Amino acid sequence: MAELRKARIATASLAGCFGCHMAILDIDERLMELMKLVEVDRSPLTDIKRFTKRCDIGIIEGGCCNEENVHVLRDFRRNCDVLISIGQCAIMGGLPAMRNAIMHSDAPLRECLEEAYITGRYIRNTTHDIPNDPALPLLLDEVYPCSDVVEIDYQIPGCAPTGDVIYETLAGLLAGKFHGFDRMHIKFD
Amino acid sequence: MTDQDITFTIDGVAITAKPGQTIMEAADDAGVYIPRLCDHEGLRHQGGCRVCTVKANGRSVAACTQPAAPGQTVENETPHINKLRRDLVEMLFHEGNHLCPICEASGNCELQAMAYRLEMGEPTKFPYLEPSRALDASHHDIALDTNRCISCGRCIRASKDVDGKGVFGYVGRGIHRRVAVNGEDLAHTDADASDHAMSDEVCPVGCIIRKRVGFATPIGEREFDKGLIGYEIEGKRRG
Ligand code: SF4
Ligand code: SF4
Ligand code: SF4
Ligand code: FES
Repeated sequence: MAELRKARIATASLAGCFGCHMAILDIDERLMELMKLVEVDRSPLTDIKRFTKRCDIGIIEGGCCNEENVHVLRDFRRNCDVLISIGQCAIMGGLPAMRNAIMHSDAPLRECLEEAYITGRYIRNTTHDIPNDPALPLLLDEVYPCSDVVEIDYQIPGCAPTGDVIYETLAGLLAGKFHGFDRMHIKFD
Repeated sequence: MTDQDITFTIDGVAITAKPGQTIMEAADDAGVYIPRLCDHEGLRHQGGCRVCTVKANGRSVAACTQPAAPGQTVENETPHINKLRRDLVEMLFHEGNHLCPICEASGNCELQAMAYRLEMGEPTKFPYLEPSRALDASHHDIALDTNRCISCGRCIRASKDVDGKGVFGYVGRGIHRRVAVNGEDLAHTDADASDHAMSDEVCPVGCIIRKRVGFATPIGEREFDKGLIGYEIEGKRRG
């Protein structure tokens, strides 16, 4: 009998706050159970920066606010069989998407950056510059939900989702028994 | 039950209505929950949001305004109707700016709770309109974050009919119809924190905010963390 291989999981944080990654750790002692079933490939948790192998499940925190986010997201789609958006930022843009609604002028991005770095009432920026180091990824015109950029297979709502919901979703998917969320577990906060 | 009482069914359950009761009022008394957003106990019915749509003898009607009729067959919780309701609720999310993680109504919000009840956890299929809307923090005790207003008109009816004031009113027409204050801003109206219109039960969402109480109850311990919206009405039936 062929030995069952462990499922490979990869994770990434795009325009998110890392809260959803912290929530993954909220699985607590059940992480031990989970680690019997999976190995973690590319992820901030392992500090592996590139895919070493094709993965079964990719987990994305955060939406896309810059070109690097888009690049990483596409890389995940190419390398993962199942792609999951975790948290409101990945699902609908979340807090970074606040800038979408205030940007209705002719030069919205400039206006947003000027307020954030120069003209805002509580700013103390002695150089009066907007950061423009060439190493910084270019900002997108808006913040996009992951599902606007690539096809997403599952979304785990919450900000952040509870460890319980994350565990149950992953365990369900690994066992081929995930049938959506109990209504009491859908939360946007 | 009296001679004049009306009997009809909702999803096969026999319901008794008093003469003049709407389908929703009779359902509430019987412990059958029909989703709603613009209707609120103690306020005039408006029939605006259509989230309460049911099929009465096969015809779509608003349960909050439609009188109960003898022998009527009403469908409420069917996959088809719930899909229509979910689309309506989803459109309300896309029409305004609803960032639940930073909203102090989160957990107490009827719009959000309706999304949970109708299982709106999936990818959103409509474009976000992302309108540019104002925040009015002029009043000492109350703030208005119109990004979250769903134009349900509950505040208008509460202010006019209960408070005898008229702090709020509709402006504009069609898709541009919005709720606005009758004055330059809220501070220039006779709004008071003790008005029924400003109580936490009237605005279903996080638009009318009473200042300095926002996070007194933490996220996770709020009204709809206790149960799906409608649980109190449904609880009557289970006994
Ligand atoms: S959903 Fe919430 S917890 Fe997750 S990354 Fe966004 S802000 Fe952070
Ligand atoms: S009003 Fe309700 S739906 Fe809108 S952001 Fe607040 S909690 Fe979410
Ligand atoms: S402010 Fe609140 S109560 Fe008034 S119309 Fe808007 S959502 Fe309804
Ligand atoms: S609750 Fe009946 S139309 Fe809004």
